[in-house]
Amino acid sequence: MKIVVCVKQVPDTEAPIRIRPDGQGIDETGLNLVMNYYDEHATEAGLRLREQFGGTVTLVAVGPERSREALRTGLAMGADDALLVTDPALSGADHLSTARVLAAAITPLAPDVVICGKLSTDANAGIVGPAVAEFLNLPQATAIAALEMDAAGTVATVHREVEGGIEVLDVPLPAVLTVERSLNEPRYPSLPGIMKAKRKEIGVRSLQDLGLAGETVGGAAASTRLVRLDPPPKRQPGRSVDGEAEEMVAAIVTFLKHEAKVIS
Amino acid sequence: MSTDVWVLIEHQDGAPKKISLELLGHARVLAAQLGGKAVAWLAGAGVAAMAQTLGAHGADVVVLAEHPLLEPYTTEGYTTALAGALTGAGAPIVLIGSTALGRDLAPRLAARVGAGIVTDCGGLALTDGRLEAMRPMYTRKAIGTVAFTADGVRIAVVLPGVYALPEHEPGRAADVHRATFSLDAGQIRTSVRETKTIERETVPLTEADVIVSGGRGMKAPEHFALLDALARALGAAVGSSRPPVDSGWVPHDYEIGQTGKTVSPQVYIACGISGAPQHLAGMSGSKYIVAINKDPNAPIMQMADLGVVGDVFDIVPKLTEALKRETRKT
Repeated sequence: MKIVVCVKQVPDTEAPIRIRPDGQGIDETGLNLVMNYYDEHATEAGLRLREQFGGTVTLVAVGPERSREALRTGLAMGADDALLVTDPALSGADHLSTARVLAAAITPLAPDVVICGKLSTDANAGIVGPAVAEFLNLPQATAIAALEMDAAGTVATVHREVEGGIEVLDVPLPAVLTVERSLNEPRYPSLPGIMKAKRKEIGVRSLQDLGLAGETVGGAAASTRLVRLDPPPKRQPGRSVDGEAEEMVAAIVTFLKHEAKVIS
Repeated sequence: MSTDVWVLIEHQDGAPKKISLELLGHARVLAAQLGGKAVAWLAGAGVAAMAQTLGAHGADVVVLAEHPLLEPYTTEGYTTALAGALTGAGAPIVLIGSTALGRDLAPRLAARVGAGIVTDCGGLALTDGRLEAMRPMYTRKAIGTVAFTADGVRIAVVLPGVYALPEHEPGRAADVHRATFSLDAGQIRTSVRETKTIERETVPLTEADVIVSGGRGMKAPEHFALLDALARALGAAVGSSRPPVDSGWVPHDYEIGQTGKTVSPQVYIACGISGAPQHLAGMSGSKYIVAINKDPNAPIMQMADLGVVGDVFDIVPKLTEALKRETRKT
């Protein structure tokens, strides 16, 4: 089975961020950058399919040079090879353009399945996966929480968490799947895996290599633009109550009745 | 650019979902500012009767896409039908709810029709006639303002609970147009085997006005029964922070936070939750926060409108009893 996993490098969510004074992004100085959390789950899903059906897991990233580090993480987990599409013209590209570039990089690989995280923890957009599916003209299943492949490896049966229920969906391969964190528990890279990953060559492509023009997929072609980033609004400090349980219960009931107004 | 504002209508059991009516209410506001119409796009099989409800909630026009292949929802069925209906619609704004369906459909539709798209919108504004969206980014450590800069279709995927339900005006009627599109079975490659209902979910978390949520302080899976009882007394939904999910006390669909759901209820009652940034990312958009925690210095107590310093095992059952004597507003 030919498996492709899409990977993005993002700031570590445990660390605070600093918004740049001009509000046009975040200050990356000293920022710890890691593989997107959901992409670890996507990589794990790919590795498990390879264990079941044989084949290869290829990681593909679109981003700046530094994205190599995120690809190394996936290689250390056990992926076979990795490809980075990097090009100065991609600065300011919107999510649809990123998806178009990913699709162009993935097409020659002729995968049976493309696996993405359900979203990236920096932009929180969740756009790239389904857009890649559209540009590759493949069926999709998003935010899957369970995955079972038939014995022949031709149809994936997946669970999706929908409001108030679980949707059970059959998806014929080739297909694009985006994954929820409850799908699996990603393995830690092993020491031999890390050593092996260091020696692996990461393929690099420019837009020109993929036959794409910067004017059609770069910042110039973006249909949305970040105007500014602001810190989240501060919540007004509230009050606290301490004392006998009965008093505190009465305080909550009063609050629900007169301030939140959800009971009368 | 069209001055119309479209809304994708999600429905269940013959009635539009709350999020769709919220968006319809706001579509009418935006359309009035732009001088266009609020257009409801309604797809499915045997759904025509809902057009009346949509008119009464603010739709000027209902574009009706009735087809046996549009029930149940599939990504490719809806994408093909909606893309078809948008052809010749003059590139309107399209509002889609941030739901399992909306998040699945909207990016694919945007890629199909070449639209600008912004997801997770917690607010929309027109600045000099241009649409801008406010959205949480970096796990809600920042709020981004994103502008639609191209003149094509503009798709905004909006979080539930951002806009109030519009008033119901029984006499108000919409013009109903039959959508033009072609769809055959070969265009839909996935097939829905079934949708299993989760029995406990009386109100889906993302639609609930009141959420009762438990954290590590609940100590054991059986103690979530206390929260279930409180939720019943309040007509609330039950959620959790991440530790109870990771400990296997509750399934992942309970989880609220960076790796779970984003909610913005009227009231969020956090029980035994410390308030790690990863949890706050999913619930700090709540209108009111009540926190019950033994530790007065827990981060959640610093941001709660009402912080109750006490033992959840003592307070929650007593609160449940007290609430049984009260009437829930709907």
